[in-house]
Parts: sequence; structure tokens; C-alpha cells
Amino acid sequence: MAEFAVELRDVVKTFPNPGGGEVHAVDHVTLKIEQGEFFSLLGPSGCGKTTSLRMIAGFEWPTEGVVYIDGKAMGRTPPFLRPVNTVFQNYALFQHMTIFQNVAFGLEMEKASTDDINRRVGAALEMVQLRGMDKRKPKQLSGGQQQRIALARALVKRPAVLLLDEPLGALDLKLRKEMQLELKALQHQVGITFIYVTHDQEEALTMSNRIAVMEKGKALQIGKPEEIYERPNCRFVADFIGESNFLTGTIKELAHDSVSVILNELVAEIVGIPIGTLRTGQSVIISIRPEKIRIAEQQNFTNNALNGVVKSVTYIGSETRILVNIDGVELAVWEQNRISTLNLQAYYSEGQNITVHLFPENTLVLPAD
Amino acid sequence: MIRRLREKKSLQGNLLISPTMIFMVGMLVIPLLLTAVVSFGRRAPDGDVIFTFSLDNYARLSGLRTNCEDGSRLCFDPIYAQILWRSISLAFNTTVLVILLAYPLAYFIARAPAKRRNTYLFLVLVPMWTNFVIRVYAWLMILRTQGVLNNFLGSLAGLLNLHFTPLEMIYTPGAVLVGMVYEFLPFMILPIYTSIEKIDNSLFEAAADLGANPIRTLRRITLPLSMPGMVAGTILVFVPVMGTFIVSDLLGGRQVILVGNLIQNQFLIARDPTFGSAASLVLMVLTLIVTFIYTRKFGFGEEIVSA
Repeated sequence: MAEFAVELRDVVKTFPNPGGGEVHAVDHVTLKIEQGEFFSLLGPSGCGKTTSLRMIAGFEWPTEGVVYIDGKAMGRTPPFLRPVNTVFQNYALFQHMTIFQNVAFGLEMEKASTDDINRRVGAALEMVQLRGMDKRKPKQLSGGQQQRIALARALVKRPAVLLLDEPLGALDLKLRKEMQLELKALQHQVGITFIYVTHDQEEALTMSNRIAVMEKGKALQIGKPEEIYERPNCRFVADFIGESNFLTGTIKELAHDSVSVILNELVAEIVGIPIGTLRTGQSVIISIRPEKIRIAEQQNFTNNALNGVVKSVTYIGSETRILVNIDGVELAVWEQNRISTLNLQAYYSEGQNITVHLFPENTLVLPAD
Repeated sequence: MIRRLREKKSLQGNLLISPTMIFMVGMLVIPLLLTAVVSFGRRAPDGDVIFTFSLDNYARLSGLRTNCEDGSRLCFDPIYAQILWRSISLAFNTTVLVILLAYPLAYFIARAPAKRRNTYLFLVLVPMWTNFVIRVYAWLMILRTQGVLNNFLGSLAGLLNLHFTPLEMIYTPGAVLVGMVYEFLPFMILPIYTSIEKIDNSLFEAAADLGANPIRTLRRITLPLSMPGMVAGTILVFVPVMGTFIVSDLLGGRQVILVGNLIQNQFLIARDPTFGSAASLVLMVLTLIVTFIYTRKFGFGEEIVSA
């Protein structure tokens, strides 16, 4: 078994632009996906995640670079000779076949024996909890059931890698959340490498071992969910995954694990954690998550404290979202509603003077783009 | 009245289709009934119709006769049965050939880039702007003994210093078949194109993804899913080929008589509308039976996709 289940080495994919010229759908992407990993390609539409997946499946061929599956360079190997299977966004079930025939299709193509087909299709339908549906047509099933059939049809082939192209996109929110956990459990059970394309950051964070955040054809950051969320390496990642407040400034002093920045927008100096390669005097972006800011009625610390006025208070159940105005700069602050009370406004009300504390360990200093 | 019309949906519907209904009743149902009535009549010596109830015309079509040349009481004259059989087998052969020719082209057009498809469809339809008879006549020019094809083959043989006898292509069943296939090809291309074009591209990808090579994808996915188009095209081709007479008239001459020619001759030459009407009805019933059996077997195709 090769070291990596799938490897994209410096892969480029260009498409002719209808208006002339070329579009770089995938722009020098290198990915190393480990055996048995649940790997997500996450990004907004048009970021190149689906094109990357299609190059692994063999529906597209790279313009430059090489795709390796299980250590073998794929070149122009057609999809039907690749050891991968795909769950399509619209499921792509064969409407003229029964559920059984749909799931059996891939095994028939392998020329498996009738006994083998019956046994494996039965087991696959069992796995997705749809035993007994085998004589129905796809149209007679609900969206969630069709989704499971698509999954069973792909997994029954026991591929080296399962590719999933936004498979939960068409389901309603509640079913999607259920399926997220189910998929994760299923992946654990079968031990097959999953490559999962999604634009839903929560989905990616919930399910993945590692995530590649993509934008404009480039893989901006590759890492574990907590790395992506807690240590985003650029403004796009910090902004796309979760929410962030951004401030800009210039580096005054730089140490190994701490950096002090003079803000552009405010007369203040903020200390934070340096991310990436920085040097003194460089323009930087400060990124801080709303839930990591502390709000207080008076200033408790001297460092990283900013005085402001509450602009608005929004109660959303599990937390209260407060917008603070600091000399014209607005910061979002989310406070967990830890105490059960009907009188949240008693703590903070619009127009109230407060202090926000940005703890240095929560304050990320990133190079400006 | 107006208020009742607003409230009653069924009345609205009836009113909307009434022009079509009136036209269909006046132009189809009544003439058809008249044809039926005439078919049971007798021919007057001056070519007029004597209205009575006689089965003579149908007996004559069946080929069974009582007063035979050899003196026996009952004999069988196969001439009309032969004509009917020739028509059915020609319609069948035409349909099969048309499917074989139309399918690859329809597939090619349906899978071409979207912006080129309209151009290709336009090219398929361009010949239909020319009159039907003129297009058949063009085949006469190509196929006749001193025609384009023989001249071309002759000069080719001349270049190679070979002896060449012009081929007798015109006035043969083959010439009629060529003409029919040519005339009815677009009626097969269009419905097959539509049904292939409707197949979601991801289904082809899914088949490939599951290990089907292009040939198996064609057999297991494309062909079954485009059945509705083939069924529709078959009805659009088979039924008119059964009844048409211009192609066989021009390209078959006296040699290839089809039911259409028989009917035409009865009305215009033999001046026997009663026998012509009987032949028309028999043709219609035969066509209905064939179509019925066919659609019983293959359906109209919808249920494959919609069930």
C-alpha cells in the first residue's frame, strides 16, 4: 500500500474562457491525502474543489501536474479503470433500474458472480439501512434514501478511495446533520479514504480529519479542523471558516511567540501571536474571533483593552451577540448565555460604556495580503 | 353565462379545445365515417357509388374469389395480400434502417457542445424546406440509368479502363427503400435527439465511475433511457411509410406497388371509390394493429423514465 491514498502533485487545470483566454480552475495544487483519512476540500463555489475531485475521479485530466492514486500516476486513465468511486451531488441514480440493479451495476461491470452480487448488494443495503427497498425505483424514495443508495452503490465496489461531491447539499438541515454523523461513523466502519467536497464549513469541521481550504483554484491552508479554525494562515481562511473581527496595523516589536502591533484604525497597541513569517515594520492583519473577546464594565487589564460603547445587543438563544463601537471601529463580541435569565439587557444595553479585552493568546497577527 | 364560465373549469376547458374539436370532427371523424360507408357500397358503371351494404370490396381485398378461371368454387388471388405484405415489410425495413442511421447522428448532436447543437439540428431540418416531391424527384435523377450515380461510376470505370454497364437501380424495391429512408430520417433523429439530450450528464459519468466502458454505458444506460425517443420515432416513421405513395410512385414505377399506390389508383385511375375506401380502412386497421402490438411491447416509453 502506498504512503498516500491520493496525491495531487502541482496540479493545474485550465478551461477555455468563453470570452477568450483561459480560466485557472485549479492553480498549482499539491495535496497528500493519507490512507483511511476523511479529507475535505472546502471553499466557496468556483474555488476549484469540484474540479480537483473530478480530476481524481478521471472525469477531467490535469493540464499540468500529476494525480496519483495509491501511488500510481493516473495520467489519462479513464474513470472506469480507476480504483475510486464517486457519490454525486444529484446522486445520479439510474431511474430505469431498481434500487437493487443500481447497487449491483458496479459489481456487474466487474463480472462478479450472481451469488457474490446478491450477497454484497444485500450487505451494502443493510449498511445504509435500506434493506427491503431493493425492488423499488429511485423516484419512489425520499431524497435522504436516494442519498444512501448513491452511497451504497459507490461503497459496494470497495474502492480504495470514495469521492463525495457535496452529497448532503440537497437535504434539509436536520437530515444533513444526521447524515454528517452517519457518514463519519460509516467511514470509520469501512476504513476507506473519503475525499469530501463541501462549501459548508461546519460540515467540514464536523467530519474531517483534515481540511484543505481552497479559493480561486489555490489550496490556501491544509490542516486539522482545529488548526484551520484556531490558526488560520490568512485573512480568507479566517473569514471563510467561522467569523472573525479584522483590524490592521504595523508591527512594532516582534518576538518568537508574541508580536506587538500599532493599530491603523485606533490609537492603541495590541499584542498577539505571530502567524507565518513576519518582520518589524510590516503591515499586518489582526484577526480575532467574536467568541474569544471578553467584555467588561470596567477595565480589568491594562494590556489589549479597548474602551467602547455598546451599539447593539442581539439575543440568539445560546449566546448574545454584541456589537461594540470603539471610536468608529465595530467589533463583534459573542457572549455565551451561561446563566438562565430573562433579563439579559440588565448586563449590557445599547449606549453603555464598556471595555473589551482581546487576550494576546486569542489575537492572531497575520501578514497583510 | 360569463359568470358560469368563470366558475366552471371544465366548461372553460371544453370551450378552449372546441375549435380543435370542431376541426377534428369535420375533417377527420366525418370523412372517416363516410369512407366506411362508401367501402360497403358498390361501384356504378359510371364510377359513381351505389350505397348499399355489400362486403364485395373486402372479399376482393382478401383475395378469395368464387368464380375462378380454373372452374373451382373457391380460389385465392394473392395480389392484394402481396401488396399489403410488401407495404408492411417495407415500412418495417425503413424503420429499422432509419433507427440505425438516426441513432448515431442523434447521439452525436445531443452530446455536442450546447452552442453547436442548434446548428446541427438546423442542418437536419434544412432539406425539409424543399418540397417533398421535389426531394424524391432528386433521387430519381441520382438513381436512374443515365443518372448522376451511374455517370459517376461510369467515368470512374473509364479512368480505370474498366468496362461499365450502368446499374439498374431505379424502379426497384431498393430504390423505394432508399427514398423512404431519406424522407423519414429527420422524424427519427429529432425524437431520439430529444431523449438523449434529456439524459443528465452525471448518469454517463456515474456509469463510467462504476466501471462501465463506453460500450456498456451505451447498452445499459443510453439505449434504455433513450427508448422513449426511439418509440416515438418509430411511430412517426412506420405509420406514414405504410400510407405514402409518392416515393414508390416515382422511384418504384410500376414495379413496386404499395397500399398507398393501390388506394390512389382506385380513386384516380380505376375510378372505384368503394374499393379504394375499403383498402384505406384495411390499411388503417392494419397500421393500428401493428402500432398497438408495438406499444404494448415497448410502451410509449414514458414509464421507463417516470415510473
